Amino acid sequence: MLVLKLFTLSKTILKVENISKQYRLGQVGTGTISHDLNRWWHKIRGKEDPFLKIGESNDRSTKGNSDYVWALRNINFEVNQGEVIGIIGKNGAGKSTLLKILSKVTSPTTGTIKYNGRIASLLEVGTGFHPELTGRENIYLNGAILGMTKKEISSKFHEIIEFSGCQRYVDTPVKRYSSGMTVRLAFAVAAFLEPEILIIDEVLAVGDAEFQKKALGKMQDISKGEGRTVLFVSHNMAAVKSLCTRGIVIENGVVVLDAKIEEAIAYYLSGGGNIINSKKFDLSYQTESYRLNSISVKNSNKDLLDPITESEVIELLTDIDIKDREFHRYIITYHLYNEMGEEMFSFSNAKDGVHLRGGNNKIVCFFPRDFFQSGQYFLSLFIVKDKRDAIFVEKDILSFTVVDGGREMGTYMGREPGYIKPTFNWENQL
Amino acid sequence: MGSGLRGYLFCTLKITIHLQSIHIVLSLNYYIWTLPKRDFKDSFKVDLINYIPSMKENKDQEWLFEIKPKDDFFRLHLKEVWQYRDLLMLLVKRDVVTLYKQTVLGPLWYLIQPLFTSVIFTIIFNNIAGIDTGKVPPFLFNLASITVWNYFSSCLTSTSDTFKANASLFGKVYFPRIIMPLSVVISNLIKFGLQLLIFIAFYIYYLIIGRDIAPDNLVILFPILVLVMGLLGLGLGMIVSSMVTKYRDLTFLIGFGIQLLMYLSAVNYPLDLIRQKMPNYSWIIDYNPMAYTIELSRYMLLNTGTFSIGSFVYTIVFAVVVFFIGLLIFNKTEKSFIDTV
Repeated sequence: MLVLKLFTLSKTILKVENISKQYRLGQVGTGTISHDLNRWWHKIRGKEDPFLKIGESNDRSTKGNSDYVWALRNINFEVNQGEVIGIIGKNGAGKSTLLKILSKVTSPTTGTIKYNGRIASLLEVGTGFHPELTGRENIYLNGAILGMTKKEISSKFHEIIEFSGCQRYVDTPVKRYSSGMTVRLAFAVAAFLEPEILIIDEVLAVGDAEFQKKALGKMQDISKGEGRTVLFVSHNMAAVKSLCTRGIVIENGVVVLDAKIEEAIAYYLSGGGNIINSKKFDLSYQTESYRLNSISVKNSNKDLLDPITESEVIELLTDIDIKDREFHRYIITYHLYNEMGEEMFSFSNAKDGVHLRGGNNKIVCFFPRDFFQSGQYFLSLFIVKDKRDAIFVEKDILSFTVVDGGREMGTYMGREPGYIKPTFNWENQL
Repeated sequence: MGSGLRGYLFCTLKITIHLQSIHIVLSLNYYIWTLPKRDFKDSFKVDLINYIPSMKENKDQEWLFEIKPKDDFFRLHLKEVWQYRDLLMLLVKRDVVTLYKQTVLGPLWYLIQPLFTSVIFTIIFNNIAGIDTGKVPPFLFNLASITVWNYFSSCLTSTSDTFKANASLFGKVYFPRIIMPLSVVISNLIKFGLQLLIFIAFYIYYLIIGRDIAPDNLVILFPILVLVMGLLGLGLGMIVSSMVTKYRDLTFLIGFGIQLLMYLSAVNYPLDLIRQKMPNYSWIIDYNPMAYTIELSRYMLLNTGTFSIGSFVYTIVFAVVVFFIGLLIFNKTEKSFIDTV
């Protein structure tokens, strides 16, 4: 029993215990001295920091009552040697804060992290690159910043150069490099780090397709071949899925799921259980001429709860009652915005030859497969009378997220450019 | 006292549960009373587990490293600094190599700056204001003071900016932060060495044209003085840089403060002069270790001014104390400055 216990324990390489991180909102500066003095006064009397008691979970969309928020709260997990863990969550969920604490860039407010072995973190490629120095000098400097000794770098120098594909420029100042070359060189240095625990944040978001493939391949080698422990943060679900074995989903600073990577990704993509791609409306959405019941977006052959993929037909259902007897005077129009808030296009039922009837309507608009680019979209709804007066307008009435339908392993994992991603008919006229 | 008593009670409770020998009770008792009060609870727990064999199976795995909210105040991680020595040297190299890249005159700028300042000082303070420098040529007098002062002031100004200037780097990767100010001090030392060479060149020139100048025998202590200045600049710089992360006001204070300090540090006049002319205010200078450093280095290099063993010791002690205070504050700040900078 004891032997078994020791055996399983010895495999744990990293243990995160009750990690919390508190941040102060607003301008740091005003009132800082008074808070500092208050803290100090509590400390010398042996009391607890008064500002640790307050603070709220970090939900950026709601207005809080306190100046202090918990970016992370009571994070606990253990990592076994050789595991590759994907940490996923929305922007501002606390992923980067966690990585910063793990890589000792900042310290936790409470809790401890225990680990065996060196931790190297790659929160950015090319940290500390100096534009005036040559490629060679920068390899040494960057390597040393990441924790390698000069000897280690020298022994791997040729491999690094070869991997980066910048042989010709090795004695040219980095400021003359193209941005792609700088990134290649920087990633090459990082790829040859040999820590026991490697922490990687979103580095795949750089470089061209060829290089991304190379980088991803290298990362697979690191994790699978060499048995290194890796913690990987990315919004690129395709990359996370192909690299990681386990996923930790963070939401508002709290771990909400720690499971197999497929489960974790499915949970994350479905919006963490809160379905946002359908909305039912209450009685305030009616006048004497209409009543809006619900709007929803989903893949044609799937359930509302499933994530929406671009590789299947997507349908937008509008459930509306027209009470006016002159129902033919009404049309509905949608405006579609992308996550940058740019207006993509508008569409309307009248243009496409479908008319509203009196009484209940369940009117569906079909978007063809392979049309949407992956990303989040927002709809604004207009109910128009006589093709002239918008009698109902609501901006961002519904939002939905389109995800990549999954790509083959080893293919390009980045987001392709452009607003839409259509497929066309191709033929070889030989 | 209260916590000691609690510890004792806790320990006897454990003994009764595990029925260990008297020997263990005694050793535990002894341990409680000699424990430093600071981290009493933690070390007590760990030691109790070690002392009582039957509790060992509950003991957690051995961990090599730990990240905690706060470190012991006096733990300085010097071993870690040593592990990063290659980074230190590479940063020094970076500072020296990149400073004058794409300039025509290159490293000559290291020399032009003190030379021109000395010329201006000679014209204003010696020719116009008529400050007497004895048998030492005024130009050489000023050059010595400025070379020494420049070393101190550039150490102070560039280390005082450590956290702010490197925030983007420090925000992405961890290495012992002290490496940064250390590299600044070392690269300034190289600059200082070059400037000292030009000083020696003028020294020889004045000897050739037959001026009666000679260094004092105490010039062998000059390296100590250089070290002391480095420590003082680094220490003050670290204190300021730690406070700048929260209160940016200090950046401005350093900007003009260092200029004012120059006039209070006897850079362009002999120390005795102020004692003669303003006896009521000379205490400001008497407490200023930099004034002594400048005066002492002129005494060593040019055999002018006064030397007293008291002032030498005072300067050294002051610098060492400031350095250690700086080190402790810096060490405390580096853990979470990134949240406030």
